[in-house]
Order: sequence, then structure tokens, then C-alpha cells
Amino acid sequence: MNSQLTQLILNGIRETLYMTLVSTGVAYIFGIPLGVLVFITDKNGICKNRIINALAGIIINIIRSIPFLILLVAIMPFTRLVVGTTIGSTATIVPLVVAATPFVARMVESSLREVDEGVVEAAKAMGASRMQIIVKVLLPEARPSLMVGATIAIATILGYSAMAGFVGGGGLGTIAINYGYYRYQGDMMLITVALLVVIVQFFQEIGVRLVNRIDKRLK
Amino acid sequence: MIRLEHITKTFHTGGNNLHAVQDVSLTIEKGEIFGIIGFSGAGKSTLVRCINLLERPTQGAVYLEDTNLMEVSEAEMLKHRQRMGMIFQHFHLLSQRNVLDNIIFPLEIIGMKKADARKRARELLEIVDLSEKAKAYPAQLSGGQKQRVAIARALATDPKVLLCDEATSALDPETTRNILSLIKEINQKLGVTVVIITHEMRVIEQICDRVAVMNKGRVEEMGSVKEVFLHPRSQTAKRLLLPQENDLVQELKTGTMRIAFDGQSSFEPVISRLTLESGALINILGANTENVGGKAYGQMLIELPAEEESRSKIKAYLDTQGIHYEEGGQANE
Repeated sequence: MNSQLTQLILNGIRETLYMTLVSTGVAYIFGIPLGVLVFITDKNGICKNRIINALAGIIINIIRSIPFLILLVAIMPFTRLVVGTTIGSTATIVPLVVAATPFVARMVESSLREVDEGVVEAAKAMGASRMQIIVKVLLPEARPSLMVGATIAIATILGYSAMAGFVGGGGLGTIAINYGYYRYQGDMMLITVALLVVIVQFFQEIGVRLVNRIDKRLK
Repeated sequence: MIRLEHITKTFHTGGNNLHAVQDVSLTIEKGEIFGIIGFSGAGKSTLVRCINLLERPTQGAVYLEDTNLMEVSEAEMLKHRQRMGMIFQHFHLLSQRNVLDNIIFPLEIIGMKKADARKRARELLEIVDLSEKAKAYPAQLSGGQKQRVAIARALATDPKVLLCDEATSALDPETTRNILSLIKEINQKLGVTVVIITHEMRVIEQICDRVAVMNKGRVEEMGSVKEVFLHPRSQTAKRLLLPQENDLVQELKTGTMRIAFDGQSSFEPVISRLTLESGALINILGANTENVGGKAYGQMLIELPAEEESRSKIKAYLDTQGIHYEEGGQANE
């Protein structure tokens, strides 16, 4: 393999990591509050509110049911508004965040559901405010489960980012499409796919180790 | 200290109304240990949650000292809850925080400075005798140790009241006794008023001053522990006193007798003496006795001999020993 190709692939890895990690980070910035909102407004939640709960649920479900490739194209005007372009890895971050936020919100919600209700009751009995319950009880108690969710989210978002290769999204996905698909270079396809597998594997491994280390219930 | 007036709590579940608590009124005096006993589903856990308004009563008033908690604002209610500690059957410790940080938690809630909170938490660990476990996580502790941490946590904010919801029901008898004596010690040393919810008579016997017996959401009987223990009036109290002999106790049959042991020396061979004194053979139908600190507590059901003479000898002996009894098929004593 010549150095030019190596450079291309290295660049692809860098772009893929950039898109995946930034998108995951931003998706969590929006997804955690949204997940918390859905959880606390639920019928057994600490701020029961049927209207907000139903509304948030509907929005999440609508976005989640749109296939990513279609969402990617459909929100192009919005993407241009936010980053000024629709091509390249930075432009791909916008649809990635839009698609991943509801997904992350559901992951957060399910992690919060795992928190022992008794602990929440104990905090209430101590006179904790709702905000204190969220910040000091729900999120810290759910931390290991949230970490597991994050590794799943990273793998999913990585997969989405590769799909963006079809519309010039950058990263390994674009290399796979341009060289492996349009130019019938099977070896390039193989290399990029193998690299994607390795990256997912890598994050999975880090995630599992981190969870084992921080979860105090296991010792 | 705490006055409940006509508390009713109704749950609406799928069109059905569940009356968990019905028209309960009771007063808990400052500094006492008040027990609420009943079988599961009697409404006692709901009732105790009405005291700190974790469950808001459908009707009635809850007075803490002279404040009607039903009328205070939500923000004020948080302040009142900070003055009431609560412990639970399953401890409910924060699994991701170590022991010390669990005790600091309620202090964070009231906004105490970090350094002060640490100091206070260490003092509390001393009180519950767990100083060496400060850095351990709840998963590394035994049930009894977890409950000690929970007690320390409940006491952190210097509460006037400690609510115990089946606090010993997940513990073995030995640990139960230790936890109960710790609660008693806290009650005496710190003057904390204690409310204990339980389904076990031995818990009431060991530390409570007064007891309310609950069944189907109502208080069926209330009085000093001794009074309820020796002269149970309600069926529920009788069943709780001798749980494994439900049928026998519900209707004390003619020819049987219920003997109550109220702290007589365990080493006094009462039944053997009875046999010798009366010269008749005595059949024990059922018993629920326990040795608490060298004293016998509990109930025993025996079959009386047929001869009237032996019977009166038995009664005479029990009278001289000051042991309370109730004979079947007759008016109480």
C-alpha cells in the first residue's frame, strides 16, 4: 500500500473518530436532560406531568423512526444553517446529533429506571428537593448503567457516521463508498470495514473496563 | 410530638379504591418509642409515610409539635423532613457512595459545609460503631452494618423523630436485637422520639413503650406494650402474639390456657413446676417464646387437665408467680 493511501486511511480514521466522539458528546448534552425529563414526568416520577411526558415521548419516537440516511438528507437545510455547509465531517455532526439525541435520551431513561426507587424515597424522606434528587441521587446511582449506554451509543453513532459516506460525510464511510463501492476496490472496502470493527471493539472494551472500575456494587 | 388526626389514605388504582388507612388518630409523645404493629397489608407502612408526608393523607391532619404539616408549603415541608430521620427494611443506601459519603449525603442536602459535614459524619460513625468501615461501599457490608449506616445517616441532621419502617425485618434475630438496642440507646441518649413499624411482636416487646395494633387500615387497639401484651383485646393482637397457632388463639377453647411470659427469669422451669404442683400432665399446644437478655418473653398455649382440682392448683401457682394467664371458654381471668 502506498503512502498516499495510508495517509487517506489515517485521515479517514481521524475524521471518523472526530465525528463519532463530538456527536456522542453533543448528543449527551441534549440527551441527558431529555432522558431525565421523560423519566421524572412519568406517572411514577418525581415531577409527574402527563402532557410534557407525552410530548417528549412523541418527539423522541418520531425522530427515532426516521431512517438515518433519510434524516441526513431531509435536514440538509438545517445543517447548512448551523455549520454553513452540508459536506464533510463537521457537517455530518449535525444530523448525527439530531438522530442520536432521542436515542441517547431513551438510553438515559432506561438507566434511570434501574435506580432503586427506595433510594429515591430515602432522599425524599431526608427533605431533598427534586433537583437534588436528580443531581445527587438519580444520575450518580445510574452512572455505571449510563456508561454502558454510552458505549452502545458510540457504536451506533459510529455506524451512522459511516452511512453519511454516501453523501460525502467524510471519514471511513466516505472511503468505503468512494473506493470500495464506486471503484470496485474490494481491498479498500475490506480495510475500512475492518477498521470500523476495530474501533467499535476498542470503545466497547474501554467502556466495559471503565464500568467495572467505577461500579461500586460489584465489589 | 406527633399527632395524627383522623388520617385516611385512599389509593386509586385502575378504578378501584384501596383504603390503606382509615380514620386513624393517635398521639406520639416526645421521647417515647412508639410501635405500630400489624400483618402485611394492614396499612402501617402507609401510615408512617403519612407522618413525613411521603404519602399525603387523603383526609386528616398531621401535627408535628404544633404545626399542621398538611398546611405548610412544599419548601417548608422539605425543612420539616430534614428534621425527621427515616430508616427502611432494605436500607436504601446510595450504592455508588462509600459509607462516609452516605452519611454526608443528608448534610449536603441541608447545605452544610464540606469540612463540617465530614466531621459530623465521623462522629456518627462512632455512635453506630462502624468507624473502621468509613471507606467501604454498601455492597461490602452485612445487613446489620448497612442498617447501622442508615441509622447514622438518618441521625446526621439531628432529627427530633426517627421513623423506622420494618427496619429489622430483613435481619436475623441476633442482628435485630443489636439494632434495636442501638435504637433504644439513641432514644435515651439523644432524646429522639422513635416510631417503629413492624410485624414482629418481639420487636415491640424489646423496645417499645406504647403500641398500636393495626388491621385493615384501622387501629384496633392501642396502649402500653405491657397492657397489650398481657391483655390483648383484639383478634389481631392475639394472632400477632402467637402467630403459628392462629386457629387455636382466635378462639381460646375451653380446656386450654394462654400463659404470657413478661420478663420472668428464663431459668425458672415454670412448666415443670406446674406439673409438679398440680400433679397433672400438661400438654403444650403451642409456644412463641424468646429469651431476651436472660428474661423470658412470649406466649404459651397449654391444654389444661380435666380435673378441676388440678386446674385450680395450676392457677394458684401462676398467681403466686405473678404470671399472667387467660383461660379458654371463660371471661378473661
